[in-house]
Amino acid sequence: MTAALQQPGYEEERLRRAAEQLACREPQAAMLLALMGEPHHYSFPSIFIYGHQASGKSHVMQVLLKELELPHATVSCVECLYAALLFEQVLLSFFGCDAASLLPRSPSLSDFVRVYRQQRFQSPARQTRYIVMEKAEHLRDADANVLPAFLRLQELVEDNVTVVLLSAIVWDKFRPNTGCFEPLLLHFPDYSKGELHQILSRDKHPSYSAELYSSYITILLGVFYSVCRDLRELRHLAALNFSKFCEPLLEGRAKETDAHKLWRNIEPHLKKAMRTVYLREVSSLQWEQMQQMEETECKAVRGLSAHTHVELPYYSKFLLIAAYLASYNPARTDKRFFLKHHGRIKKTNFSKKNEKTSNHLLGPKPFPLDRLLAIFYSVVDSRVAPSASVFSQISSLVTLQLLTKVSHDDQLDAPKYKCSVSMDFICAVSRTVNFDIIKYLYDFL
Amino acid sequence: MSKRKAKDASLPVGECVAKLQEILRGRICRQQTPARPEGLEAQHKHLLDLLRRTAVHGESNSVLLVGPRGAGKTTLLQCALRDLLQDEEARRNLLQVHLNGLLQTSDGAALKEITRQLQLENVVGDRVFGSFAENLAFLLEALRKGDRSSSRPVLLVLDEFDLFAQHKNQTLLYNLLDASQSAQAPVAVVGLTCRLDVLELLEKRVKSRFSHRQIHLLSSPTFPQYLERVRARLSLPRDFPDGQFARDWNGSVESLCEDKCVREVLHRQFISTSDFRSLHLLLMFCLSRVSVSRPTLRASDLLEASRLCFTDANANMLHGLSILELCLVIAMKHLDDVYQGEPFNLQMVHNEFKKFLQRRSNSLYHFETPVIMQAFEHLQQLELIRPVDGSSAKCQKEFQLMRLMLDHSQVLEALQKYPQCPTDVRQWAASAFGWM
Repeated sequence: MTAALQQPGYEEERLRRAAEQLACREPQAAMLLALMGEPHHYSFPSIFIYGHQASGKSHVMQVLLKELELPHATVSCVECLYAALLFEQVLLSFFGCDAASLLPRSPSLSDFVRVYRQQRFQSPARQTRYIVMEKAEHLRDADANVLPAFLRLQELVEDNVTVVLLSAIVWDKFRPNTGCFEPLLLHFPDYSKGELHQILSRDKHPSYSAELYSSYITILLGVFYSVCRDLRELRHLAALNFSKFCEPLLEGRAKETDAHKLWRNIEPHLKKAMRTVYLREVSSLQWEQMQQMEETECKAVRGLSAHTHVELPYYSKFLLIAAYLASYNPARTDKRFFLKHHGRIKKTNFSKKNEKTSNHLLGPKPFPLDRLLAIFYSVVDSRVAPSASVFSQISSLVTLQLLTKVSHDDQLDAPKYKCSVSMDFICAVSRTVNFDIIKYLYDFL
Repeated sequence: MSKRKAKDASLPVGECVAKLQEILRGRICRQQTPARPEGLEAQHKHLLDLLRRTAVHGESNSVLLVGPRGAGKTTLLQCALRDLLQDEEARRNLLQVHLNGLLQTSDGAALKEITRQLQLENVVGDRVFGSFAENLAFLLEALRKGDRSSSRPVLLVLDEFDLFAQHKNQTLLYNLLDASQSAQAPVAVVGLTCRLDVLELLEKRVKSRFSHRQIHLLSSPTFPQYLERVRARLSLPRDFPDGQFARDWNGSVESLCEDKCVREVLHRQFISTSDFRSLHLLLMFCLSRVSVSRPTLRASDLLEASRLCFTDANANMLHGLSILELCLVIAMKHLDDVYQGEPFNLQMVHNEFKKFLQRRSNSLYHFETPVIMQAFEHLQQLELIRPVDGSSAKCQKEFQLMRLMLDHSQVLEALQKYPQCPTDVRQWAASAFGWM
């Protein structure tokens, strides 16, 4: 395993130490090292590394650069809101703070290159300098000239410098329209199930055997692998649930060899974890607390989405129901649903429903205020005066983002709205006022 | 004879390989100026002639080098400049100013850069950093004062010329080209651009002052020429310290170029693009496989390198998706099929996925809506799907219209390579319509 990294020009000892830290990424690291070449050789002007999140892109890069002690600057493009911050960080890590202070107040790329060239003149590169840019997809949002300029930075500053871009998005989505210097593309493949197992098994618990932890990881992957392949997420879940897995052992209900018993104990728990803690419905802290007070049912702690229930005034509830009906029913069916004596309507008109026009698939449609009020008066049993409070309740529903105003062209005259609450929410609301909403929905007829 | 003997002194393999890497990396990565531009002799002569007329005879010129990316515009210019500066008189006379459209994004910055490169700051003291108008007036004055016989000629190189045409009012271009037209200090303006329609970008007054002299670098070598250049790019020079090693290496390159598989790979590369930049990517991968233990280049190296270069990035990304995300992609593909490219939202995708689950006897993949939404958002993060309109805040997440950014053949191909793909998922993907 440790023999995989070989490259002349670096110390054996350092290479060995680096290789130890790069589990399951040796081929990629070796490839990268070979492309980088010996420290004083020129390297390719820009390298673009892509791969899924948590596939070890930054890790491999950092370990190589740190262990081999190469001059490098690591910048995260999320942090560098302005290109100026980026320039400062690069100069700071290459030439120290004197150079960074040479930049004018709001530096352009031109200033950066000028200062860089000045500094390079004073301290020329004996080794290849590396600029590592993490989350490089944010560079596309910067000025249009930043990305092309960094791709050919070696040529612009005439220094032995290599720009490494790391991203989870493929290169095709980066290319500017007049083209640019094409970087070397390198793919970091995702970890296979075996590799994930191997990596996750490394951080075993000291008081239990490695086999036990390994079998725990197998169970965990069995539940989560079809949904999530993010190493960080899986590691987090593994750390959270391990204490629950060990409970039968502590209580003496099972031995380490009773694999089936342990599995029976943990599996429903993990399934529950997928519904709650994986979606961050329940925070990790809450989840740990829940495990301690195991007697109470886990449902006792309500997740984030359970809190979506809001207390509304009586008429607001009906206004919301009316808005939902107006949004999800076609206007031509209003007569049939809300008029007492609606005359004869052909049955065929209603049976001609196909999936393509279902509003519960297509989303809410906008409706005018008049229609909302008409439906509102029809669904509310008592007589309601169209007072100021009713209208102000409509606008406060908009403020609460339960309704959205569609067109902004007119404030007073015939505004249009859209209902933006989910089906579950409106069902809960209509239950509180004893209104059977399903009966009035065209899609469920 | 003794000299030849000394050349043949054999070095240890490690040193040879290091030296080899240094030479070839210098060629591939660093874009060193070659001895003569390959295949561009006519253009080279034309440009050199033009520059010499400015440098020696004080003639004002303007010229545009036009060619696609990687066609050797910068190399051609560097070659011409190097050849020009061998002339003693030209070296003494010529002042060079290099500007790049990527760096000097405004006329103000460009002007400052010109003043700096002409080393006029010390003349004007702190006035360099005065206003744009002042600066321009000063520079024009300096140019105007000179005349053809006495003042030194200035060579202005504008890299990424098309970006200069996007400046406000094209003031800089107007003034530079105007200076090259009138009887002032001799100025040569050389623009480098990859846009063929660059003249259409210029304003009328700017265009009329431009000499309309264009040098096109649209060389398209034939395949044997291309092969010959690859060989030249890879072979070691005569003055390599270890003669035996160099001969072995050159022999291996020679036999490599004869190899049938290699020819096929290179031909494929040649057909897709004949410029040399993209070939460098391929050669770089090859070069990285040369090590002390394997000091020669073999056909397998080139095949491996081409495999790395030609892989489809989207297929690579699809390979790493979880099975749930893959199912969603298949559902999207079916929706695309059925509704012929209409955009879709999460609800529709979910519905399609549910239909698939209903048909199956055992529902192993019973996922709740939030889990599916998470997977959908992950796909959006990877930009495999993209919202139709940018305004995301107006609409609920599950009803936002999306488009699939993948081709159907890509999906099917990725599915073939997917590790441990369940058979029914594969069948579902292969069925022409989702409900079959």
